[in-house]
Amino acid sequence: MFNQRDPTSALIRDLQAVVGKSYVVHAPEDLLVYEYDCSIDREHPSIVVLPGNSEEVAAVLKLAARAGMPVTPRGAGTGISGGAIPVGRGMVVALTRMTRILDLDPVNRIAVVEPGVINLDVTKAAAQHGLFYAPDPSSQKACCIGGNIAENSGGAHCLAYGLTTNHVLAIEVALPDGDVVWLGDPTGLEPGYDLRGVFIGSEGTLGIVTKAVLRLLPAPETVTTLLAVFDQTDYASAAVSAVIAAGIVPAAVEMMDRLAIQAVEASLHAGYPKDAAAVLLIELEGLRETVAEQAQAVAAICEVQNARAVEVAQSAEQRERLWAGRKGVAGAFGSIAPNYYILDGVAPRTKLPEVLRRVEEIAARYEFPVANVLHAGDGNLHPCILFDDRVPGADRRVLEAGMEIMRVCIDAGGALTGEHGVGIEKQDCMAWVFSEDDLAAMAKLRPAFGADAKFNPGKVFPGARGEWEGSTGARRIMERALAAGAYI
Amino acid sequence: MASIAPRGPLIEDLARCVHCGLCSQSCPTYVETGLETESPRGRLHLMRAKAEGRIAATSNFLRHMDLCLLCRNCEAVCPSGVPFGRIMQAQRAEVLATHPAPWWERLLRYVVFTLLMPHPARIAFLAGMLRFYQRPGLQGLVRKLRVLRIFPASLRQMEAMLPPLSSHFFSPSMAVTPGHGKGRGGAAVFSGCVMPYLYAEVNEATVRVLARNGYDVKVPPGQVCCGSLQEHSGERAAAEALARRNIDAFTSGEADPIIVNAAGCGATLKEYRELLADDPGYRDKASEFAARVFDVNEFLARHKLRGALGAVPMCVTYQDSCHLAHAQRVTSAPRALLNAVPGVELFEMHLPDRCCGSAGIYNITEPEMSARLLHNKMQDVQSTGADTIVTANPGCMLQLSVGLTREGMPGRVAHVVQVLDWAYQAGEGDEKMPGAKK
Repeated sequence: MFNQRDPTSALIRDLQAVVGKSYVVHAPEDLLVYEYDCSIDREHPSIVVLPGNSEEVAAVLKLAARAGMPVTPRGAGTGISGGAIPVGRGMVVALTRMTRILDLDPVNRIAVVEPGVINLDVTKAAAQHGLFYAPDPSSQKACCIGGNIAENSGGAHCLAYGLTTNHVLAIEVALPDGDVVWLGDPTGLEPGYDLRGVFIGSEGTLGIVTKAVLRLLPAPETVTTLLAVFDQTDYASAAVSAVIAAGIVPAAVEMMDRLAIQAVEASLHAGYPKDAAAVLLIELEGLRETVAEQAQAVAAICEVQNARAVEVAQSAEQRERLWAGRKGVAGAFGSIAPNYYILDGVAPRTKLPEVLRRVEEIAARYEFPVANVLHAGDGNLHPCILFDDRVPGADRRVLEAGMEIMRVCIDAGGALTGEHGVGIEKQDCMAWVFSEDDLAAMAKLRPAFGADAKFNPGKVFPGARGEWEGSTGARRIMERALAAGAYI
Repeated sequence: MASIAPRGPLIEDLARCVHCGLCSQSCPTYVETGLETESPRGRLHLMRAKAEGRIAATSNFLRHMDLCLLCRNCEAVCPSGVPFGRIMQAQRAEVLATHPAPWWERLLRYVVFTLLMPHPARIAFLAGMLRFYQRPGLQGLVRKLRVLRIFPASLRQMEAMLPPLSSHFFSPSMAVTPGHGKGRGGAAVFSGCVMPYLYAEVNEATVRVLARNGYDVKVPPGQVCCGSLQEHSGERAAAEALARRNIDAFTSGEADPIIVNAAGCGATLKEYRELLADDPGYRDKASEFAARVFDVNEFLARHKLRGALGAVPMCVTYQDSCHLAHAQRVTSAPRALLNAVPGVELFEMHLPDRCCGSAGIYNITEPEMSARLLHNKMQDVQSTGADTIVTANPGCMLQLSVGLTREGMPGRVAHVVQVLDWAYQAGEGDEKMPGAKK
């Protein structure tokens, strides 16, 4: 039998020669910590490799290809659709050592970064030049640019600024066969097919980002944050529509319901009133005069829509505290339940009250508490189902409830995912919104990049997980990988 | 005292982690290595896997637990409120009980934790010997003769790090230093087991500054080491025994606030309630005791400082001691105090609350990682251009002083109360400003 601790195993030895001994993880207990990301799926890899630069990524992919080893790329492991889970095991390539900001050019307003650079660190580095990087997923102090590109991440402020794809000008990627190519152009203008656009949001199924050229924006002159408090979630939803109908596009409009507020206040103390049915966090940015005027208008609209109170953050600290509550809300569920399943659906703004009511009905039927957190401005809702995975069958029922909720979003004319990606989680829902021909056209992209089913296997396409796990092809690959020195 | 077999971390505590990963960037060892096994989330997952019987306490498992600094930065940023410090301490206690250390480590532990630390007189004797060793010529001669080669590397490291001991030691007594001006009541100072010998002047400064602010200052006799090093390395029974003695020492007189100038001790004293939760005789007393404990920064910053603060022209940077910032969540008080001193200019580091690598005895047990963290810290210090690093814990003071020497940087290290003390002396027209120990 293969001895997984035998460091002379061919593949392990070759990988160690590329990245160094400490950065090939192959002991069974160590591999356990790569069995999770922030989603609810679990599967541990056979081997984890942490390359230190673009050349090492390429060399690692070449070795994996030679050994016939499936590869799953992994960033900071904060994804919520299971994108970094190695379905059917195989090799995880973790980019957490590639954390250098290679260049920051304040005149051309670009930053060149490695994939492991933390989202918030880009803004921190750019701040000294009065610039910032716009996409701000809630996990921005932990998630990394490579993962953001893979998932085309959004964030609270994508209402005004758009998603990751709007802020990535060019990327250097290592293709599955180990070739390294550039897609896009630092000027943001390039003739020909927009392969950069194709790659962003491909959920790690086409290759690995090794460098990215990011667009930086000038920081707004002023920022004002309002907290509007409501006694009914319907009032809050109506206020969102009313604000946007009035022609105001805030930088962010976030909504949290009672249970979400309670979770935040139990551990983060952001200053939301605990007895409120919903709060809206509305952020306005721009020129001082405009923002002051808009803030008054927004407050007036909220009051007309039955807001119990509208509070304007008086200091940077208060603003930060209000946002810390919103950005930490998912984690805060840990203070009221052992597990949560955070969904990512989209519905037209005007349908939000109806969709939220259906969400509540479904959760009640399954007897799970549900908390709602919404990027309400663009109709992106994140219902969070709270459960305990130690209760037998709970994880299965929670997934079923989740699927029903997704169905409600689609039926209301919404979309499958606002920003979390499809991954393992929503692959079966893809068939609800795409025809077989649509999906077949998408599938043709993978071979175009030199990728096949074993590059981030078991993701995105309907039935992909089951197919990959059950296929004889996958078994044969794993047998070859075992012979090459993988631990199963 | 029969000790109960230590239980590992509670599943309820472990289950609070929802693996969101928001802690990862707060963890010095994760940021340094990029390895999930060296992250808070990874360590929690491993501990849970062990508690659930999925894995055994293999050497790899123990390695990941040992490399944790217990700086508790992850605990301070955790949105789920995972009590990481409590979990890791329970894990270490369990490991200690089930995986006996090598004989020499057990011997060292016995000598330090049982024979030495519970006995202030023995500490004083040892400190006296060390001071003798440090007399001009002797230490240099010993180093020159390379006699130290007979000792293990960890002891040599300790010898190299040891700063000059205080010229006189600080000891608790029945004496009361009366408060200046309108009285504000009593304040009982916790003296600690390192401060009195390495940094006696910090304890003296603490007494003077409290008195200046109107408190009648006592340093109750009978107090001993707080037990934090014991608890962090899994010696829970030893920590409990010390806690009982301290509670007795501080509850015999009036219920004055207990003032601590060592962040590590303060965090442990505030958690006596949990430490003695299973002791019916002391549980309530421990609660009352813990409620009276204040870090000196926290205590002084509650009111405007009294009296004339003279100008102390210096550029400082403030290093958050982990057990003040993350365990006690006190971050603004020391900065407010520094900013209250005329002439002091505060320049913040990029990551002022990142651990310097001192972490109790971590710099001895994990010299390599400790050195990497210290190097990063000193670079951060250098970028501020400050001439003085101010902090709030003797371990940090020691480590940062070593950092200055290692990097060949000018500058000095001081405790916040020393800066206040100098300001009061300057306010008196006393021109003499004693240099802090380097």
